[in-house]
Parts: sequence; structure tokens; C-alpha cells
Amino acid sequence: MRELMYRDALREALDEEMARDPTVFIIGEGIAERGGSYKVTEGLLAKYGPGRVRDTPIAEAGMIGVGVGAAIAGARPVVEILYVDFAMLGMDMIVNQAAKFRLMTGGEGRVPFIMRTQGGTGGGVAAQHSQSLEALFYHIPGLRVVMPSTPADAKGLLKHALRQDDPVMFLEHKHLYMTKGMVPDGEHIVEFGKGDIKRAGSDVTVIAWSNMVPRTLVVAEDLAAEGISVEVIDPRTLVPLDRAMILNSVAKTRRCVIVQEANRRGGVASDISSIIMEEGFWHLDAPVEIVAGLDIPIPFNLALEQASVPQKPGIKAAIRRALHLEPAALAAE
Amino acid sequence: MGEPNAVANAPSREILEKIFRTAYKIRVFETEGIKLYRQGLIRGYFHPYLGQEGIATGVCAALKDGDYIASTHRGHGHCIAWGADIKKMVAELLQKETGYCKGYGGSMHIADIKTGNLGANGIVGAGIPLGVGAALANQIRGSDAVTVTFTSDGASNNGTFMESLNLAAIWDLKFILVVENNQYAVSTKIEESTRETDLYKRGLAIGVESHQVDGNDPLAVYRMTQAAAETCRKGKGPVLIEAVTYRHMGHHVNDPGKYMPEEKLAHYKSRDPVDRARADLKDMTGITDSEISAMETEIAAEFAAAVEFSVASPEVSAESFAAFAANY
Ligand SMILES: Cc1ncc(C[n+]2csc(CCOP(=O)(O)OP(=O)(O)O)c2C)c(N)n1
Ligand SMILES: [Mg+2]
Repeated sequence: MRELMYRDALREALDEEMARDPTVFIIGEGIAERGGSYKVTEGLLAKYGPGRVRDTPIAEAGMIGVGVGAAIAGARPVVEILYVDFAMLGMDMIVNQAAKFRLMTGGEGRVPFIMRTQGGTGGGVAAQHSQSLEALFYHIPGLRVVMPSTPADAKGLLKHALRQDDPVMFLEHKHLYMTKGMVPDGEHIVEFGKGDIKRAGSDVTVIAWSNMVPRTLVVAEDLAAEGISVEVIDPRTLVPLDRAMILNSVAKTRRCVIVQEANRRGGVASDISSIIMEEGFWHLDAPVEIVAGLDIPIPFNLALEQASVPQKPGIKAAIRRALHLEPAALAAE
Repeated sequence: MGEPNAVANAPSREILEKIFRTAYKIRVFETEGIKLYRQGLIRGYFHPYLGQEGIATGVCAALKDGDYIASTHRGHGHCIAWGADIKKMVAELLQKETGYCKGYGGSMHIADIKTGNLGANGIVGAGIPLGVGAALANQIRGSDAVTVTFTSDGASNNGTFMESLNLAAIWDLKFILVVENNQYAVSTKIEESTRETDLYKRGLAIGVESHQVDGNDPLAVYRMTQAAAETCRKGKGPVLIEAVTYRHMGHHVNDPGKYMPEEKLAHYKSRDPVDRARADLKDMTGITDSEISAMETEIAAEFAAAVEFSVASPEVSAESFAAFAANY
């Protein structure tokens, strides 16, 4: 095990897979000589040359589409989009082309296309550079949606992404690139659809992903001091979703809180909650709590930005409510 | 053996025959397919390629095994010219399991990756980046394959057109963009959607070798594509070819096309690409009428057999569907 930054773990995954498979290539804005805005691709141009590490013009629909076409034709493109917000310019290529091709060809055609991008708040970069848009992709049949929260998961999931044949929305978090964590030595692969128990506990299950995982772990630590044992589950991939891990944990703790940075309406948390209602209802001792972003675009002002997405006190209060330690929230009027 | 009546600079009889057979096959497929549609055997959209046969025919005759194509919503002709199996095409239109996409795709999604056919597309303009992507994959693999995307006048106003062609240009990809300018996007005349109706000029604006050709002259299209493919294989691509043409009917089988002026339609019908291919074959090889009608009979029989095969074919079973759905 070594301690690595999230961005370095991502680079290791790209490097190892590019060395292993000559059809893996990367395109994006400023990713070649500059090494990308978050330095994830630093050094790869020198190692793999301008054929496989290419800068693109500012043409998101074009570069995403070209990636999808290359994948259909048998290569393994990684298209880096600076902000998930900009992926909206390429939505036709993601939704109508990449996601549907396998079905439209009766299962013959596959699209091993990876879009690496990042979302979330934290940089003071305002409404068009701060969104958490996983629910858009989660909703579309045919896409895999991956949201690593640790360097080890980032590496292992990206390596797996480069060895499977479906289109992957690989959603990193701008706040996590410089975070550190232990990464196993040698070949490290994390298969899709396998969640991870980031902290074992017995009183309440908290499901969180991406940057909400470290935030929730801090809360769990605080609550441990109060004698509350929180189990933190990170699904790691939202599609496919590790339902079994979620339902088993809920069956054990009988209480569940779901934390998502994205705004509440139509979000992934709501869907996970509905799965628990349908398949785990009889285990529950309390209503499922959802802690989510407000249903507004992200404001620039720091206090407002923070007020727009889940913070530790809100997560803590929801956990306490699930444990009947605080009065249940009044239904929103 | 010398060819009778050989014309200087004429392509080989093999090529001329291939061009005629292909154009005629598309004509039969579309004409007979429309009848099946009217009988209720085909549902959904059916965009006939009637009147545009010369383009797919000429382009594909100039390509090689190992090359790639990407097509449009009006894609039957491209598939046929690419050498698709008519049986599997008809079966797809009849939503049968024996079709190219097992009935999951239909007219607008026929693809055959194994042969380099990246597929028709229901989204206008979407085939352009997909084709450029295939060309990029081939460049990275060190292949000398050429990729052709067939696109349309309507698509030329979509952002994907310039974005993707520009990517092909900065990366010197072996890519040919064939813009089939049939002068309409459904009922919208080209003059209403752009001030510059010579669409090849868009390529010039971004440094792409670009040409205009008579889309109703299959041999001219063939020759131009041959030259373009050569340019690409030398690493001097991409190339844009605008092929000017006209539909023989409305936008799809249920569009009467009343907005198409009669004189203009008559003008283009008098310059029918299938007739042109037949005349070229005769003039340049001296082939007899009876040899030609033998070919026509053979093609008609091939289509009839495809219908028979398709009608008798099963649809995807509920169990097979459930197994497939589990992938999602
Ligand atoms: C992105 C998109 N917008 C609109 C449509 C609906 N539509 C289908 S065909 C068509 C006209 C296309 O005209 P053109 O691109 O010139 O191709 P043609 O039909 O003439 O072959 C339209 C508007 C579509 N399929 N995709
Ligand atoms: Mg048109």
C-alpha cells in the first residue's frame, strides 16, 4: 500500500491501462502538454505520444461524439470533459448514441467509451461549474455511472472501466483531486456494482457517494463519540448499484440516511430510497431520510454555496432523526 | 480479352456492372419496400433513398474492404451499396430476429460493425462525429482504412457538422464527408435554411479539400470518391464531397411531398441515376439489353426471396428479451 492523491491514482490507472492496451487513448481540452486542469494526465503525452494523448478544440459535442465513434469502431477512448456542466453540450452523443447503440444493434455493437469529468461544489466557480449531474446519467438506460470517493476506488474503478464494454460516465469530484488515501500495490481493479463499507456500524446505515463520503465519515466519527455506531456505505457505482449491500445493511441497522450533494428533486437518493421502501420496508424502524442539495442552481457566494449542499450539521441531524434522537422534521410545506 | 466498345478512360466492366447492379438493387428495395409498408408489414419510419441511388452506389464502389461507413436516417441505400445482405435488411424492417439488429433497431438503426458499417442514425448529423471517431480509431491503430460519413443538407446546419469535420481536419484523418444535398430537410427548402447553398464551401472555410459533384451521375461520384480516398490514404485528408441530388418523392413514405415543384421533380427524374448507371454500362461495355434484363430479374428475385425469408422468420422471444434486458 502507498499513499496517493486521488489525481495521481487516476493517472496510474490511465498509465497502466495505456501500457497494457494500445487502443486506449485520451482526448480533451488542455490534457496533453498541460496535463489537464487537475494534472490527471500529466506526463502521459511524453510517455505515449501525441497520437494517443491529444488536445481538442473547444467542441464538446464533437469530441464526445468522436469518442463514441472510436469506441464503436473498437478503440477505447477516454474523453476528458473539464466540467460535467460542459457534458451537456454532448448529451445527444451520450444519450442517443452511446447509451443506445448496444440495444439498437440487437446486442452486436458495443461502446467502450469513457467520459471522465468532474462535478460538485467547492471551488467558488458558480452555477455553471458546480453541478452534480449524476441523476441525468443514472436515468438513461445503457450508461454506467461511476463516482469514486477515494484514491483507491478512483484507480480501481477507472481500470475496470477500461476493461469493460459499455459507456461509462466517470464522475470525479473537483474537491477530491488533492485528497490522499492508501492505494494497494500492484494490479488493483474495482469491479462495477460492488459497494464498499467505508465504516462498519450497527445503529444506522448512511449511504453516500463522491465527496459526501468523506463528509459523512467525519460526522460518523463525531457520533461515535456520542456512542452512535454509523455504517457508511459507498456504492461507488450508481449504475450498476449494489442493492444487496444496501439492503443487507438496512436489514441490520433498520435505519437509513442517504446523502447526496446533487439537488433533491429527481435525484439518485430518491430512487435508492424507493428501492429500500419496496424491498426493505419491513426492516425499517424509521423513515428513510434524504439529505440533499437544495433545488436551486449553485450560487457563487460562499455562504450560499455551502447552504445549497449538505453540510455536516445537516447530515448529523438527519442521522439523529433516524435514530429518534431529534424530533422528526416537519413535513415541508 | 478486350472489351467491346471500350471507351477511353472508362472504368472496368466489373465496376460498371457493380454500379448498375447496386443502383438497381436499391431502386428495387425501396420501391418494393414501400409496397410492404403500404401492406402494413412495416411500421415506423421509412425514408426512401429513391432518386439518390447514384451517391451511395458511386461512393461505395470506390471503397475497399476494411473501410468504414456511417449513414443517416435515409440509410437503406448506403447499406445496400456497402454490400449488406438484403435478407437481413428486410428482416430488420419486418422486426424479425433474423434482421441485422434482431428487430431492436429498425430502418433507422441498421448497422453491421463486423463489416465496418457504423450504422444508420435517427439523429440528423450524428453520424458525422461517429465517422470521425472511427477514422481516429483507425489512425491510432495505424490502419489505412478510410471512413465515409454520408450526411445531408439538413445536417450541415447542425453543430456536429463543423465540430467534427474540424477535428478530422486538425488530425489529418482518413475521412470523407459526403453531403447529400437533396435540397430539402423534410419540407424546408435549402434556400430557407442557409444563405450559401453551395455546401462544399463550408469545408473550404476550415481548410478541408472540398468538391461538388452531380449526385445523379454515379460514375462521377465514383471517380470523385476514388480520388478522395486516395488523398486520404496519402494522409492528406479529410475530403468533403457535396453531391447534389433530389428526392423522387416526399420525405418519408407518408409524406406526399406536395411542396416539391413539379417541373423540378420532372427535371431530376429525367436525370434518373439508375437509368444513368444502366446507360453507362451499355455505352461503355456494349452489354446487351437481354444481359441487363437478366440482371434485373435476378435482383428482383433476390428481393422476393428476402421477403419470403423475412415473413417466415420469428420475432425475438420474451425469454430472449428478458435475458437481454438484464444487461441494463
Ligand atoms: C437532431 C434531429 N432533429 C430533427 C430530426 C427530425 N428529422 C428527421 S429527418 C429530418 C430532415 C433531414 O433533412 P436532411 O438532413 O436534409 O436529410 P434528408 O431527409 O433530406 O435526407 C428531420 C428534421 C431528427 N431526426 N434529428
Ligand atoms: Mg435533405
